[in-house]
Amino acid sequence: MKHQEAPLDPSLGSPPDPTLNAGPDQSRRAFLGIAAGATAAVVAPAFVLQAQAVGNPRAERVSDAHRWGLLVDTNRCVDGCRACVDACDQENGLDLQRKQPDQSEAEWDTQKAVWLRKVKLQDNLTGRVSNLPMMCQHCEHPPCVDVCPTGASFKRADGIVMVDRHTCIGCRYCMMACPYKARSFIHEVVEDQLTRVPRGKGCVESCNLCVSRRDQGLDSTACADACTALGHRAILFGDLKDPASAISQALRTMPSRQIREDLDLNTGVRYAGV
Amino acid sequence: MAIAVIRVSLVAVGLVWVLAAQTVLAGDAQRYVKPGSQAAHSAACVEETNFMRRNHMELIKHQRDSTVHHGIRSTKHSLAGCVNCHVSVSPEGQALAINGRDQFCGACHAFSAVDVNCFGCHANVPRGGLLSPAALAAHGDATAGARPSPGQFMSDTPGPATGRAGGQ
Repeated sequence: MKHQEAPLDPSLGSPPDPTLNAGPDQSRRAFLGIAAGATAAVVAPAFVLQAQAVGNPRAERVSDAHRWGLLVDTNRCVDGCRACVDACDQENGLDLQRKQPDQSEAEWDTQKAVWLRKVKLQDNLTGRVSNLPMMCQHCEHPPCVDVCPTGASFKRADGIVMVDRHTCIGCRYCMMACPYKARSFIHEVVEDQLTRVPRGKGCVESCNLCVSRRDQGLDSTACADACTALGHRAILFGDLKDPASAISQALRTMPSRQIREDLDLNTGVRYAGV
Repeated sequence: MAIAVIRVSLVAVGLVWVLAAQTVLAGDAQRYVKPGSQAAHSAACVEETNFMRRNHMELIKHQRDSTVHHGIRSTKHSLAGCVNCHVSVSPEGQALAINGRDQFCGACHAFSAVDVNCFGCHANVPRGGLLSPAALAAHGDATAGARPSPGQFMSDTPGPATGRAGGQ
């Protein structure tokens, strides 16, 4: 804090003010008081901003003491609402993707990266329609990890299934293996990535349960926050291993399912009402 | 004798040239830290400067594995930290891509003819923050108790919206 100490240097003190009856010490004290106040006023907001911007970055390895997951109540998921999708896109910089000039709309729809999409299901016998957000299900036994030839597709200790883009060679085997169509491939050069979500051409990517939020000590995901902000409260994020967490209590009290539970993947994302 | 004098003077001239060349090179290296960047105001990098020149890639590579696989984000060897500190700003206030040929990463890598691949995926200017504005807003709300409690979640009473739009 060099600049805080600077005013203490006598050579920088103001000369005694002849209009004051008090001695030079008094005027110097006044100057020091003002200087200290001004310095604090300049420095303090910077510290507040710093504290806000950085959060609480993780210093220790993630452990299997937690397993992060989501519970979606499809009864509360509103037809036509895209709040979770938009929030996901903004959180991860996917809204910065642009269609190539020579691409048709149809091709763009199939090629742009989508981490979270809305799915509408209809029971053909009864006609009942359900809406649900579909994303990486963060399986305990992820098929994408099984098939990855380079080890780029991996499951973090806290249950988040991720792609290490440093080792991904873009073979897209994981996209074939995923039963949930959760993964996307980046076909074009990306030039406007966000600092918190590095992403580039030639790699596969998918929902990572807002991993940068996890590592900064925040307690929710962008999709869950957006859904809650609208009052729908259809998405609940939490720790499946903590019996006291909201998600564990909700799972204990209400019927829920895994999508494709026949595959025995023990997904971290559960759905109620389907 | 004359030959010896000529020889000694040639060696002396050579030494002077070597010294001059080193000074010029050192001056060039100095200029890679861009004026106006945060780094220009710092006494030192996260490690000693000469160590960083030779080993920054090892530090970044080690850091990337501990961050991606183990979630460790608190250490000082992060690429985002490099960019944040070394990025320079145009007179119009725009951050300049750090891998540009006249910028901190780009200039040295062009000089040493080594491709820098980091910025195929990583942002080459600080962009978007470590946390999204939405995350910061929600984090503020969380302390005020806006997160749904287990009783609140999925119950029909408290929410303004009542779930599915289509009636059953």
